[in-house]
Amino acid sequence: MNQFNSVVATRPNADVANKVLKNTYILLSATLAFSAVMALVSMSLAVPPIAYMISVIASMVLGIFVLPRTANSSTGIGVIFLVTGLLGFGLGSILSMYLALPKGPQIIATAMGGTGIIFLGLSAYAMTTKRDFSFMGGFLFAGMMVLVIAMLANIFLEMPALAMAVSGGIILVMSGFILFDTSRIINGGETNYIMATYGLYLSIFNIFISLLQLLGMMSNDD
Amino acid sequence: MEWGKILAFVAGIMMLFFLWPAYKHHQQNGKQAEKGDWNAAIFAIGGVVLFVLLLIMSVR
Repeated sequence: MNQFNSVVATRPNADVANKVLKNTYILLSATLAFSAVMALVSMSLAVPPIAYMISVIASMVLGIFVLPRTANSSTGIGVIFLVTGLLGFGLGSILSMYLALPKGPQIIATAMGGTGIIFLGLSAYAMTTKRDFSFMGGFLFAGMMVLVIAMLANIFLEMPALAMAVSGGIILVMSGFILFDTSRIINGGETNYIMATYGLYLSIFNIFISLLQLLGMMSNDD
Repeated sequence: MEWGKILAFVAGIMMLFFLWPAYKHHQQNGKQAEKGDWNAAIFAIGGVVLFVLLLIMSVR
């Protein structure tokens, strides 16, 4: 009887988690496609590289202060498209720089394919394994803070090896965030698909940017 | 200092202000790892490391 009750009790939670997961992936696909369109617009307008930092700061302000307050209403959908559109627009200026490199198109294609495989692989792993990766939260946020401090130091130090180490570190921490976020959705820790999409989008975006930087630096190394 | 560097510095500082409360929240209220949890995470992250090395070799 107890076993029957537990099945009945857990059923609605599993349905909610499946619905959140489905909505998250639909919104994630739409925001990624929108970002790609905005990147193409930015490339066709030949915006300067400084647009990247401006769009990152603007999207961060929206993501920290506006998105959490609007995520429970339909306004949240507009805000997440604004955030991801801004990031896509900024990304366009970086892609234009890479396209001008000798192996630029190959680097961009490799980074894009690599990011896709990492995301799909880790998502499939988090969904199929019985493990709950939500224990990683403290470790991942601590790791991210260490990387941000190293990034800040490198603004003044300008050491290529440190830049490479930070890029590698970001790929690993963001990979951990994919496991963490997917696990939280599956286990009911995150029930808002707009916030879930924002978390996964940021992981994908950061992995792509860091892979681009890492592959760009390694392809120049003779 | 260039504008790009100043903006990167501002973005970094903002990120730290955002990360600190999230870190504290997860340290205090986060789920504790069970036996085998870390091994499962390291296995996945190790796979990413090998894959990134493969990507680097493909562009050299």
